[in-house]
Amino acid sequence: MSFINLREKIVQVKIVYYGPGRGGKTTNLEYINRKFSKQIQSEMVSLKTHGDRTLFFDFLPFNMGQIKGYELKIQLYTVPGQVKYNATRKLVLKGVDGIVFVADAQEQMREKNIRSLNQLHENLRDYKESIFRIPLVLQYNKVDLRNQGIPILPISILEKDLNSKLKVPSFEGSALTGYNVAETLKKIISSTVVSIQKKLQ
Amino acid sequence: MNYGVVSQEQLEKIDAILTEKLIKIGVDCVIIIDMAGNIITAKDNGTSKYDVYSFAALAAGNFATVDAMAKLVGEQEFSLLFHKGTDCNIHFSKIDDELLLITMFGKNISLGFLRLNVVETIERIQKLWG
Repeated sequence: MSFINLREKIVQVKIVYYGPGRGGKTTNLEYINRKFSKQIQSEMVSLKTHGDRTLFFDFLPFNMGQIKGYELKIQLYTVPGQVKYNATRKLVLKGVDGIVFVADAQEQMREKNIRSLNQLHENLRDYKESIFRIPLVLQYNKVDLRNQGIPILPISILEKDLNSKLKVPSFEGSALTGYNVAETLKKIISSTVVSIQKKLQ
Repeated sequence: MNYGVVSQEQLEKIDAILTEKLIKIGVDCVIIIDMAGNIITAKDNGTSKYDVYSFAALAAGNFATVDAMAKLVGEQEFSLLFHKGTDCNIHFSKIDDELLLITMFGKNISLGFLRLNVVETIERIQKLWG
């Protein structure tokens, strides 16, 4: 849940990047960290294993400037994608305001995307949240691999697999090159802010 | 308890309690966060500057992890969480199911004295929310 400080006029919003292991969640945050360094006052925090896999989460605080006199502080988190870490994934989801689901568009990852999205649905339900209500944006990551001859799922299949019931905004993306990383971020921030405004009315 | 929006009056009262019970006894920095990692309020002694936003995210994760470990060994919770360093120590205490009080202090304060003040601080903050 977002926290609003009326005295200092600050709104804190928690956005979580969720998705299967090695899908590009951390790479999304790393790109944002490089690209928008002016809006980021502190260092990105990464809790990772020696093998560079996310162990607990990455954290990146991001200043969006002012909206209606309130300073918007966006807190970006990733979850660990590996299957065995669901307990920690769930901890990171606590109090989430908006979610970016980073799917891996490689053909061989089709099953893992679906499984991860289903688990997100269950994890949110445990917090009495609904995947159908929470602001959510899908990113079909790694489409740049198409140029290297690696089989990539057509967007129509990804949409059918992951977005046929949700019907949320979705983007092709490449976290490594930065393609649609900022667009994904902008979309989730605007959906989340609209949702918070609605809740407050 | 609805802490999603804290009124200006409530925040001022909380800040006054934190200043009186903790900052005045020589604590470097005190932060109240929620379990999602949001900062409710932060007070410092004017000389210590910490990156409180990253700190809050890590502290919430840390507390949640310890809480999960407690449950694994059959404990309701580990009520005292304390990290000791050479120059800086960190003390965590639960205010209620949603809020945490984090205190950073140096060598000049004993842990016992700090804990007494933390307990009183928490009692007074709980009364504010009734």
